[in-house]
Amino acid sequence: MSATVVPANGQRRLAGLLARWETLLVVAVIGLVALGASLSPFFLTPGNFSNLIAALMEVAIMALPMTLIIVAGEIDLSVESMAGLASAILGFLWAAGVPLWIGIPVVLVVGALGGLVNGLLVARGGLPSLVVTLGTLALFRGLALIVLGPRGVSNFPPAFTELGFGHVPGTLIPWPFVVFVLLAILLGILLHRTWVGRQVYAIGKNAGTARFSGVRVIRVKVGLFVLSGLIASLAGVILTSRLSSARADAAQGMTLTVATVVLLGGVNIFGGSGTIPGVVLAVFAVAVMQNALRLASVTVEVQSIALGLLLILSVVIPTFAHQAKSAVERVRGGRPPPADSVPHGEATPS
Amino acid sequence: MTLPLTAPALGPDPAGVSVPPRVELRGISKRFGATQALEDVSLDLLPGEIHGLVGENGAGKSTLVKILAGVHQPDSGTILLDGQPTQIHGPAHSRSLGIAVVHQEPRLFPDLTVAENVFIGHAPSGRLGTIDWGATRRAAEALFGELDVQADVGAPVRGLSMADQQLIEIAKSLSLDARVLILDEPTASLSAHEVERLFTIVRRLRDRGVSVLFVSHRLDEVFQLCGRATVFRDGRHVVTTATRELTTADLVRHMVGRTVSLFPKVETPIGDVLLEVSGLTRVGVFRDVGFSVRAGEIVGFAGLVGAGRTEVARVLFGIDQRDGGEIRLGGTPVNFGNPSAALHAGIAYLPEDRHQEGLVEDFSIAQNVTLPILPRLFPRLLIRSSVERRVAHEFTEQLNVRMTGVDQLVRALSGGNQQKVVLAKWLASRPRVLILDEPTRGIDIGAKVEVHRIISELAASGLGIILISSDLPEVLAMSDLILVLHEGRITAEIPRAGATQERVMFAATGNVAGDDHPTAVPEATGELTGGRVDG
Amino acid sequence: MAESGATRTVGAARTRGQWLSLVARQRELSLVAIMVVLGGLVSITAPQFLTLSNLSQVAVLASITAVAAVGEALVVITKNIDLSVEAMIGMVAYCVAIVLERHALDAPAAIAFGLGIGLVLGMINGAIITLLRVPAIVATLGTLSIFRGVDYLVAGSHQVPLAGLPPGFTDPARDSILGIPIFVLVALVVVVIGSVGLRSTRFGRQVYAVGSNPEAADILGIPSRLVVFAAFSLCGLLSGVAGVLWVMEFGTINGTSATGVVLSVVAAVVVGGVAIFGGSGTLAGAALGALFLGFIANALILVGLSQFWLQAIYGVVILVAVSADAIILRRIQRATAERRAR
Repeated sequence: MSATVVPANGQRRLAGLLARWETLLVVAVIGLVALGASLSPFFLTPGNFSNLIAALMEVAIMALPMTLIIVAGEIDLSVESMAGLASAILGFLWAAGVPLWIGIPVVLVVGALGGLVNGLLVARGGLPSLVVTLGTLALFRGLALIVLGPRGVSNFPPAFTELGFGHVPGTLIPWPFVVFVLLAILLGILLHRTWVGRQVYAIGKNAGTARFSGVRVIRVKVGLFVLSGLIASLAGVILTSRLSSARADAAQGMTLTVATVVLLGGVNIFGGSGTIPGVVLAVFAVAVMQNALRLASVTVEVQSIALGLLLILSVVIPTFAHQAKSAVERVRGGRPPPADSVPHGEATPS
Repeated sequence: MTLPLTAPALGPDPAGVSVPPRVELRGISKRFGATQALEDVSLDLLPGEIHGLVGENGAGKSTLVKILAGVHQPDSGTILLDGQPTQIHGPAHSRSLGIAVVHQEPRLFPDLTVAENVFIGHAPSGRLGTIDWGATRRAAEALFGELDVQADVGAPVRGLSMADQQLIEIAKSLSLDARVLILDEPTASLSAHEVERLFTIVRRLRDRGVSVLFVSHRLDEVFQLCGRATVFRDGRHVVTTATRELTTADLVRHMVGRTVSLFPKVETPIGDVLLEVSGLTRVGVFRDVGFSVRAGEIVGFAGLVGAGRTEVARVLFGIDQRDGGEIRLGGTPVNFGNPSAALHAGIAYLPEDRHQEGLVEDFSIAQNVTLPILPRLFPRLLIRSSVERRVAHEFTEQLNVRMTGVDQLVRALSGGNQQKVVLAKWLASRPRVLILDEPTRGIDIGAKVEVHRIISELAASGLGIILISSDLPEVLAMSDLILVLHEGRITAEIPRAGATQERVMFAATGNVAGDDHPTAVPEATGELTGGRVDG
Repeated sequence: MAESGATRTVGAARTRGQWLSLVARQRELSLVAIMVVLGGLVSITAPQFLTLSNLSQVAVLASITAVAAVGEALVVITKNIDLSVEAMIGMVAYCVAIVLERHALDAPAAIAFGLGIGLVLGMINGAIITLLRVPAIVATLGTLSIFRGVDYLVAGSHQVPLAGLPPGFTDPARDSILGIPIFVLVALVVVVIGSVGLRSTRFGRQVYAVGSNPEAADILGIPSRLVVFAAFSLCGLLSGVAGVLWVMEFGTINGTSATGVVLSVVAAVVVGGVAIFGGSGTLAGAALGALFLGFIANALILVGLSQFWLQAIYGVVILVAVSADAIILRRIQRATAERRAR
């Protein structure tokens, strides 16, 4: 029998906590924009914003399915290699004379298949996703190297590079940003408004109950990994287009940034909570930060320090905020802290 | 070899005690927030006795055990060890004072060997301060020898049965020279033979002068094993007396404080066969199980823990796969590869463990209730919360769930209400056959009666119900037909009219009618309780 | 009804299933067996494979990974993971190289300096995980980024050439004592000391206990956080050793040295039979895993496959090793369940 009964506005209190993480992000974004503007007069120009966003779009796109996977209690480290494999295959086919309208779908199918391999090993085989996707991280990258070797393919037609490099006509909005927004809306609806999303949260919070409640846990997880592979492939295509070059080592190191963005967005690494809007905000926060640093002439390599710090802080801050909150409550109310509130971007799904 | 039917353990005469108690608790009180877990309780343990501690869930037994184990500090009162007032500062201190607790679920390290587990933290060291494995091994073997148990001390613990792991815990307590051994619901997951083995060992320890506190729900075992028993109720001490001066009815009355009459099942016309099972087999688990469930009928599954009842249910619900036999639903043979298929066909299963398998505690009531039927409710993928709330309302109203609203998190509900939410969830899926696995475990008497009423009404509305329960009175009161399982086989089919506790107990311990060498039946006490206790 | 004799045993006589699992669990034996078979096959097309000089070169290279893998294994046994090893190795390698180039320290001091840096980096990991309560995977993903970034910051675009090192500093990479290459000796010493420590000291057993059942460890009063902190610190120290060896082996160091190493280190650990769930596995297994991977890499090159196949093979090896572990575990569980039923 529980000693404390959470009052009806406990739900509201939880929503309040949730809003707090997202608000924190919004504040962070605004703060970073101010910082950037102070560092350089070019910061607030539309052209800069365009660049600011474009460079991070592949990461942003891959962060969306990654969010769902982490909410479901798994992880996919192989996304960067799948993007690389997509780039390699695309380059290989193009160099061999295969037209892009065939090449791109082939690459997307390969992405889905790769995700299927991950999904089957993890969901049906019951293997830990950390190790499996570490293995496929190596395997897919290896396949990319086998396919394309050390060379780069760069004679892509301008219509193709327009996708990654160009803008919506009449504006400075890069096409990849449009793709990101569309995907964010789609996956946001999927996670927050459909019953598939509800099942994803259930699996992440209590896989046992989910299974006993008729949720097709295996099917959902496999589906999530297939989605991740497919979108990683798409990201690879966009990257190839933006850089106008297909390479086997494309997207190297992106997994780290993707994970950072997702965790910064308030998604709990152990699963069961997190939101798409949070991750979208985190994308902006990281984009602004990277851009500000670049304008301050900080090299890309050194930016990784900031990224790593951000990743760790994104976990530390909510933990301490929660403890502080409990301590305050205990001092004030003399009542034991409620057992339910989990600090990190806790979202009771809609 | 027969066990005596009434077998009070030989122990010291509680009336004329000349030996000072090894452990004495006087006036112990403990409060957690708004709950007074213990109020002014007293207890004493004499050297060389097995003392039973009995009480319902929430009576305070586990709090007392935790205080002795050093996990909690009493708010007031005194603890005396060998006559000396003592404060138990923490678990390590408690162990150093010679108090050892064997829990329901052993806390061992699966990857380490038996010997190492026994001596974890205090393995004999050789020169250079490093661990002397030879000495550890020999010492472990010696300990098991004292218990008259053969043990492969070099084997890793992983894979050993619960019963074996308990013995390792007991050996561990011996290695620490424990003079007080507390057994907390030890027989919950043991088979009859493992219980026998455990009791022999515990008696041997008693003969060596160890004080044993035996906390249990199984009254027959308390009578078998203990010289004295203490009853707690609602955090208070009720009575301490010699077991030979008590009857089961007395004990139950002390535990409950009133005579309880359980809600009997309402007479219902029995309809067509809904579910038919024949020759159902799962290798190593159960064999040749056959029965049928008809509309309006409640089929009770009785048996000791480990008999295979939950396992049969899991196969019916598609969680596990059968190795042989046939299942027919509404006449057609079915084969469920997963719970979703079973749900779809109209079977619902309320699992034993509502925390691990029944509820998502971070979800609201509405979200839990609709979880199994989401695809059905929202064929166009999008969730509409008005629909969801309406469905949740309908079923929680029907079951009289006490809540602030369907948006309340289930975590905040009491055990009884949580169980009702789980029931509501399954009812919302509109099943034809409902399997209930220990539905009233861990909930208080008031809620229990309500749940029974609900089950009865469900049967009256045309559902076929399978009731798996270790609570004999419950099974007897509710079932139209009782199937008794023992080690994977059906040993009896007892219709309502001829059902008695003795008959059920007889079959549950493995006797089949006409057996020339029946195993002795412990005194039938109305409690076949077993399984995990939340107390 | 069962006989009473059979009930008086704990863990009964080992069944066929248990013996099988015991053998399969001797991952070390399996690896050696595979290497022998592979060696035989490869030497058919490439006879230079089984020569002493080739094999010792393989062993020398593998020793670097092996040392780092021992450190990683310590962490994994406690049910954690350290993804930052490559950054620690790279950082130590550069720092050692640069102090030698600038003649700031002589060789022995530089080595001690390098080990110290490794230790400190490991302690930072340990502190973030035990004090700040950040999950290991997030923490080390973060420090991978941070350490690497600091490494670039310190190094800039500078590269320490071979000539910048004191003469003879890189000799240990080629020299041997009593016929055994020095690097291999170092790896052996690390493995032996580590194994003895794990096997025979209280701390060592606590490492296994913490990984095997963290809750029970806490209840029994084992200082879990201290144990985990120590494991990460040791991992850092051993990464420092690997970093020093790296300098000796490759000679030319810049800010990007040792990129990509974490994969081979974790692969070595997984292949070597250290379960990712913690609580089991041996340091010798991890070291053998490193040797195994080096062996395969070399075999591939000699057989004529381009080195581009290496990554793919690593990936496959990881997947196979993890799957094998799971299959063995399941078989043990099934054998136990069947034994119970009898």
